[in-house]
Amino acid sequence: MNIIRYQRYPQSELSPAFDRLSSLREEMDRLFEASFRTSGSLSGWAPALDVYQDKDQFTVVAELPGFKKEEIEISLHQGALTISGERKAEASEGETVRNERFFGRFQRTVALASPVNAAKVRASYQDGVLKIELPKAEEAKPKQIEVSVS
Amino acid sequence: MNNVANQQNETAVATEPARYYTTPLVDVVSHEEGYLLRAEMPGVTKEGVEITVENGHLTIVGHRQPLAVAGERIYGERRGHDYRRVYELDPSIDAARVSAKIDHGVLTVTLPKAESVKPRRITLE
Repeated sequence: MNIIRYQRYPQSELSPAFDRLSSLREEMDRLFEASFRTSGSLSGWAPALDVYQDKDQFTVVAELPGFKKEEIEISLHQGALTISGERKAEASEGETVRNERFFGRFQRTVALASPVNAAKVRASYQDGVLKIELPKAEEAKPKQIEVSVS
Repeated sequence: MNNVANQQNETAVATEPARYYTTPLVDVVSHEEGYLLRAEMPGVTKEGVEITVENGHLTIVGHRQPLAVAGERIYGERRGHDYRRVYELDPSIDAARVSAKIDHGVLTVTLPKAESVKPRRITLE
């Protein structure tokens, strides 16, 4: 599966008032996790996603909090599903004291192991979670073949 | 507003079984009227949000709504744990007027400062 995930974890650049915002343990957890992540792309961010499979379909679930439906694009090309979009920062007055969230463009591509029926792909977005169901093409489904012995 | 998650966990051990939480990504903005917190909690509905202000600590918890998905997971990055984060409150915040909403998996918490600590312009008579 061709998946590249890059997650930049916030640095503890200590702003004078809020350097104590995170506990040491949390900071350590983050460093630890970050070192196990494979960094691929050069810029941007990558929302976490899961891929599920059963005999009839693939299901891709991605965490995309704070999007509008129309800001998410989904495309299918040569057996690869691409999810992309752009999240814009909410306008708010004041001084930023902690900045952990990611904004801007993202793109993720999942290569699917078997052909899917593009006409029957369904996507839903609820509570910041995107779910895409991709039914497998008829020829890709497992079939039981009876062999008669004469 | 310190994060005192560790200290909070110790007291919780005696009363409830150990639970694992994910730390949500949070942006904090400070302005004249108070603070604004935005926490990413994908998969959490309005019913799953618990916000408590106690002993000068603000705790935000988000319980995930289970998602019905067919089949077995063949690739995974998402963590199924609920979200939790604890902050020590600035004493100037008026705890009674803390408000929150959740929209598309982003929890927004408004922490207004008490009237008595807001800067006031005084005009000469």
